[in-house]
Amino acid sequence: MTSLAIELTEINKNFGEVCANKNVSLKIESGTIHGIIGENGAGKSTLMSILYGFYQADSGEIAVKEKPTVIRSAHDAILAGIGMVHQHFMLIDTFTVLENVVLGTETGFSLKESMQASARELRRIEKDYHLEVDINAVINTLPVGLQQRVEILKALYRGAEILILDEPTGVLTPQEADHLFRILDELREQGKTVIFITHKLREIMAITDNVSVMRQGEMVAHRSTSQTNREELAELMVGRKVLLRVEKAPAKTGRMELKVEHLNVTDDSGVHRVKDVCFEVHSGEIVGIAGVSGNGQSELMDVITGIKPLQNGQIQINDETITPALSADAAAMRRFGMAHVPEDRQRRGLVTSFSANENIILGYHKDPAYNGFIEMDRNAIIQSCKKQMKHFDVRPGNPFLRTSLFSGGNQQKLVVARELERDPSLLVVGQPTRGVDIGAIEFIHRQIIAMRDAGKAVLLISVELDEILSLSDRILVMFDGQIMGEILAKDANEREIGLLMAGVRKEAA
Amino acid sequence: MNERRTETLVVTLVTFTNLFIAFFISGVVIWALGEDPWFALKTLLYGAFGYDEALGYTLYYTTNFIFTGLAFAIGFHCGLFNIGAEGQAYIGGLAVGLICLWLENWPLWLVFPLAVSASIIFGGIWGAIPGYLKGKRGSHEVVTTIMFNFIASVIMVDLLSHVLRPDGQMSPESRDFAERVWVPQMHEIFEWFGIQITQTPLNGTFFFALLCLILVWRFIWYTRWGYEIRTVGTNDTAAVYAGISVSRNIILAMALCGGLAGFVGINEIMGSSHRIMLNFQAGIGFTGIAVSLIGRNHPLGILLAALLFGILYQGGAELSFEVQAIDRHLVVLIQGLVILFAGALEHLFRPQIEQFVRIITNVEKTEQAVSPTVNN
Repeated sequence: MTSLAIELTEINKNFGEVCANKNVSLKIESGTIHGIIGENGAGKSTLMSILYGFYQADSGEIAVKEKPTVIRSAHDAILAGIGMVHQHFMLIDTFTVLENVVLGTETGFSLKESMQASARELRRIEKDYHLEVDINAVINTLPVGLQQRVEILKALYRGAEILILDEPTGVLTPQEADHLFRILDELREQGKTVIFITHKLREIMAITDNVSVMRQGEMVAHRSTSQTNREELAELMVGRKVLLRVEKAPAKTGRMELKVEHLNVTDDSGVHRVKDVCFEVHSGEIVGIAGVSGNGQSELMDVITGIKPLQNGQIQINDETITPALSADAAAMRRFGMAHVPEDRQRRGLVTSFSANENIILGYHKDPAYNGFIEMDRNAIIQSCKKQMKHFDVRPGNPFLRTSLFSGGNQQKLVVARELERDPSLLVVGQPTRGVDIGAIEFIHRQIIAMRDAGKAVLLISVELDEILSLSDRILVMFDGQIMGEILAKDANEREIGLLMAGVRKEAA
Repeated sequence: MNERRTETLVVTLVTFTNLFIAFFISGVVIWALGEDPWFALKTLLYGAFGYDEALGYTLYYTTNFIFTGLAFAIGFHCGLFNIGAEGQAYIGGLAVGLICLWLENWPLWLVFPLAVSASIIFGGIWGAIPGYLKGKRGSHEVVTTIMFNFIASVIMVDLLSHVLRPDGQMSPESRDFAERVWVPQMHEIFEWFGIQITQTPLNGTFFFALLCLILVWRFIWYTRWGYEIRTVGTNDTAAVYAGISVSRNIILAMALCGGLAGFVGINEIMGSSHRIMLNFQAGIGFTGIAVSLIGRNHPLGILLAALLFGILYQGGAELSFEVQAIDRHLVVLIQGLVILFAGALEHLFRPQIEQFVRIITNVEKTEQAVSPTVNN
């Protein structure tokens, strides 16, 4: 029997009245990759924060390498041999790789001396684990995949035996993710223990030896990965059966609702973000735009939805041609029959300090139905809010509650409710399920399909390839501001799209 | 709903704790000067409320602070830090004065609304220019409004010493307005009902200020425009998404701020001095910032905070008369401490008070859980 790297016993943690971890026990064997899976808000991150010393558990015990250990701070965790790779990298963009790795561990009086020693040590680690990165490269010149590697190096440099990776694949292309998995394999072979936190079932099946499932703050199951399957895990996560594939009838396409021709976007700093993009979206179909985040999708969406001005090229919505004078006016786009579920609901789609009923009118506050002669018609707004909350299953169904107090999934349902209730002819959706739990994902996906089946045109922009694959009728792949190719969803496979996302055209592959 | 009640409780406790500390430290200073802090407090309160003349002055100052407090609050809801109420009040007051000089043969019921409109237009323009610079050109409103205070000041000095000053008069002031365009003094209004009170500068503008409080409250929370202003102020990214023009709302909010600040002129010029004077607005605009911040930018809070500063102004003056060791400067110190603790160090004790409130509300809950039949 192998030894245990981590043993957590009866961990409890409450935040006010919210119970984030309830009697959580977990055993992680040395030299394995252990997945922890659960929906957003299931308590995975809290548990890891306790292990890494960001929070103190209210009760319970932690044993590292079979020795009871008290972890009060990240420093204690590092001493105990635990390293963490955060979801959002903790790197200083303008420092070099070496400077970032050394940061906080400098010794002696002269920085130069300790840097030289560190550089030798870092090169040795790179070689041992096949984690080659140019140690003198400045962080912001490195692609995301390499930045993540620097995070891993940072942990190893600090002597980590146990590595925690929090949602590490969120920002990676499928190929980059595969590369990460090879690195993790390598680490396992060298005897390191990896704790892999994710909400993606595919990754659990691909890389882990064992998996623990969390739901609503509790540890609900431990499985050996080889003895479970995606369906079982999904059911354990959500607590009921879920359909992983969205059922949908073949598309019945009709008239053209959106036409984009030779669109170019240059951002404020002069970077050419969108390059000569052309496409059409017809009623009754979902066109998905796939791509790693930051390849021009957001800028494309901003221009189409009237957030940013049209500089160059042509956009036609319904029968309206959008001239530069008409562009950058989201209210005009709404008048032309466009609804917009933005990528970033917290910053753009909602005013989170407003109550739910104030957010349900955002963008539609001039609607005569919501207005009296001078003042707004509060009653009508609240009734409409209640109706939409019921229709879209927003919980709790309280129109007076401050929006920031709703969960991510319910906030998103509030946005989707507002935009879909308007019966638009064209729906533009960005990252509809980012940070949303599985139950709400299923619901939102069904709503988007229902829109398509009701004869609306849908443009879907998402970095979740699974989402693009399961919803779209046609898929466009964006890389470096260009459309790399168009694929019919029924012929699509992940490998082909992955290559396009990485900028490799079909002929070249 | 419960969450909102807890928040209100926290805010109220925080404000009162801060005021208590400000007064406590003032008391320590007075004690160190060899005077009795209790006596000082009593003198201050008596000087502010003790007799009808004192109360009249207190409410007269309060009226000014309501206007400038509201002028700051509207900007604040739009995410702006308007420190130009001083200049806006000055220019608004000029408009009031010009109307009174020009139309002095007209009846008051015609002149009053015209003066109000004129002060909205002048003060509004004085606010809208920094608003335009902010909305369209991105110049920071703190910098531009403070510059506009100086510009207003220079313009007024020039107008009062060269244009508006009657020949043969030494002081830089306009001539007096005809009595028929004066806003009725409060003692006159009371006389209509047969009640005798002492004459003070307090005049009918006080009621107009109360009306403004109500109008601003309804405006910010119940109208489309108020909704747009609050959206721009809390999250301008969401405003753009919603098709709300950020620059237009900034300009309009600043114009409204200026208009409200201009009403100081109604109280000061049309209601009290009855001529345009130099620096009639001195300090009122700046105090409005403190009033609005302490009142949490809500009209009800602004009313209470304006009253507090009215008390400090009037009671403080009385205090420096009555008590030997206390002069004008100490009164400024007390006002400064109130601004320091209730404005700048607002959140100093918030964590502790939040915890305290959480504990007492939890106690309530467990009590309810233990005895559910008690309050049915």
